[in-house]
Amino acid sequence: MPEMLRIEPDKCTGCMQCELACSYVKTGQFQPAMSLIRVHIFDEHAAYTPYTCFQCAESWCVTACPVNAIATDPDTGAKAIVEAACVGCSLCTIACPFGTVFLNPISHVAMKCDLCGGDPACVRACPTDCLAYADADNSALAGAWTGKLAKQVQAAHAEAYGDA
Amino acid sequence: MHGFTGQLLRVNLTQGTHTVEPLREDWARDFVGGRGLGAKYLYEEMDPTVDPLSPDNRLIFANGPLTGTNASCGARYMVVTKGALNDTITTSNSGGHWGPQLKFAGYDLLIVEGKAERPCYLWIYDDQIEIRSANHLWGKSVWDTDDLIHEELTVPDASIACIGQAGENLVRFACIMNDKHRAAGRNGVGAVMGSKNLKAVAVRGTGGVSLANPAKFMKAQWAAKAKIKADTVTGTGLPTFGTAVLVNVINESGAMPTKNFQLAQMDEAEAISGETLKDTRTLRNKACFACTIACGRVTHVSDEGQHRHTISTSPKNWHVPGEGPEYENTWALGADTNVSDLDAVLKAAFMCNEYGLDPISLGSTIAAAMELYEDGVLDDSITGMPMRFGSADALVTMTHKTALREGFGTELAEGSRKFCAKYDRPELFIGSKGMEFPAYDPRAIQGMGLGYATSNRGGCHLRAYTVASEILGVPEKTDPSITEGKAGLVRAFQDISAAVDASGLCTFLTFGITLEDILPQLTAATGFDYTYDSLVQAGERIFNLERQWLFRAGFTGADDALPKRMTDEPIPAGPTAGAVNRLAEMLPEYYENRGWSADGVPTDAKLSELGLETVATLAPETNAADDREES
Repeated sequence: MPEMLRIEPDKCTGCMQCELACSYVKTGQFQPAMSLIRVHIFDEHAAYTPYTCFQCAESWCVTACPVNAIATDPDTGAKAIVEAACVGCSLCTIACPFGTVFLNPISHVAMKCDLCGGDPACVRACPTDCLAYADADNSALAGAWTGKLAKQVQAAHAEAYGDA
Repeated sequence: MHGFTGQLLRVNLTQGTHTVEPLREDWARDFVGGRGLGAKYLYEEMDPTVDPLSPDNRLIFANGPLTGTNASCGARYMVVTKGALNDTITTSNSGGHWGPQLKFAGYDLLIVEGKAERPCYLWIYDDQIEIRSANHLWGKSVWDTDDLIHEELTVPDASIACIGQAGENLVRFACIMNDKHRAAGRNGVGAVMGSKNLKAVAVRGTGGVSLANPAKFMKAQWAAKAKIKADTVTGTGLPTFGTAVLVNVINESGAMPTKNFQLAQMDEAEAISGETLKDTRTLRNKACFACTIACGRVTHVSDEGQHRHTISTSPKNWHVPGEGPEYENTWALGADTNVSDLDAVLKAAFMCNEYGLDPISLGSTIAAAMELYEDGVLDDSITGMPMRFGSADALVTMTHKTALREGFGTELAEGSRKFCAKYDRPELFIGSKGMEFPAYDPRAIQGMGLGYATSNRGGCHLRAYTVASEILGVPEKTDPSITEGKAGLVRAFQDISAAVDASGLCTFLTFGITLEDILPQLTAATGFDYTYDSLVQAGERIFNLERQWLFRAGFTGADDALPKRMTDEPIPAGPTAGAVNRLAEMLPEYYENRGWSADGVPTDAKLSELGLETVATLAPETNAADDREES
């Protein structure tokens, strides 16, 4: 796949505009409860991050679906729900290890990030470039998770498990 | 309706019941929403002469039509009630995420009536409304309450507005905190909530906000957002330094009140400046819901500073980062008290958040006490400890004691006006209509003096933030030392600010964009056909309605006043030495500009023009008037 959604948590200010944009393009309303990207607030660590589907190369959700209702978009590589085929069994919501597949409470079909067909609304809305839609082969990403949040997690891990 | 949900939630705590009512669409149109709509409901529903701590006071949480939308900074709600500090109508604004959650749950307004028999909290989850016991939460801080309620709820992502010990103890300037760090800060709204035995309102909404014209809205929203990013204040200054950037700016202008407004410059301002805060204590910035500016600070007390001033019972403000401080609390807790110990200021600021206390009124009251102490009126036998200006120990200790109404804190908890009156030094209360002034010396900035005197809720810098023009040059630079033109300037700021407040947006937007940029977002969201002029007129309508409420409550034009220190005691030193506020030169012109009588009473002609009722009782004689001693 040529591009992927890149998230840099250090830049997130917790503004939720990604949730607003996503819910808007999907439902026509501002409705964060229907957003497919969710911002997590780690208040005591002064850290915030949005996260959404990782578009796994070998997807748990695809494997779990009994009716082949999740297909790969040939242009973006995104895993997208085929709504007409979905029976609302919710197995995908359980299978996803990241919890980024949801059941639409109104229509009872699954919903997840599909990268908006190649022009993610959340990226457009993000005011701090925390979210970007960027070249997947960008080697600058390798080892990029060295920011503040990473250091705090590493310190907490060391304290909990005694890695000195 | 669009933008609005079209319904309000009414909770009667005396009876333990709730109802959902349709919103008055005509009121929503005429008063825009938020501050204006809340004021209209308050005006129509309550007797303005009641004791603010009685069950007859109403506590209204009011969203604007743009709250919960992607209009930049669409985060804001207003708490509208009769203020416990000073008996005025109070419209206290807050950000964070609570207002949007109430909107997504389906409500434009929450109106709380009566008083619960025992401590309770409200849980609003879309259309499921519960009044739950808060016996186990009473006595807990804001942060602990927030954590505990989250643990009890079955859903994550709820937002909680609550009071701390200060509100429970009816400290006159207690505030309401939401999302732990955000405040509806002034006029004692927290005491009103505490008087109703209401500990918290937790809300989670899974609904959405619809727009009348989505395409037009998004286009206007993108255009405004681009301007906000490009502007130096909203795009760079505020996100980098927060409002604390003003410490050096205002101090260098000779307008930063120091030592209870004796001086207008602080010698050691650098120690508590925004730059020092950024370099030494700031972890990062933070945004409210839907905000592109992200002016919030997340800061922490230094490791070394954590071990000083060891009196607090709450460990949280020592080890965990908190939000703020802003310019206002830095000023009140640091400059007005002349405390240059930044860790002490931070600690006191975090304690204010945890206890649910207005730092502006607190700092001002402590400063008045310090002046009385240095004058020999107070001594250690009364205060329990030395309270000279500059004492970081006194600052931190008295913050704690005031919130808990312990020892001398019991006296400070009444606010500066009552406190100074008790010691026969009423002239040391530096405020108007019973509320302490914020962080701008009106002797140095003439327009701010007029704004303070005519504010409908007492000493407030936000009703008419003419500092933007007089110091910062937004939208245009005016000379802070002259009175010419200030009547018109203050009126324009008051009317436009009322409209912005009512729409559910944050005032800080107006550094980067104007009402002309907000107008298309408002019309596209609601479908109401406002024009620029009709929107400004709506702001004027709101301002006049608030004033009518004040008159019915017993206030008069004589309350549009400043303390003698501001009009008669020149600034002693610095670039503005010799200045006093010349209110008498501005007030008559202001009344005339507003279409009010020479006594400051809205004329029938003006009220008719605005579609407000002409109320015959605009100069009542009530008990409320007897209780107020204005300097």
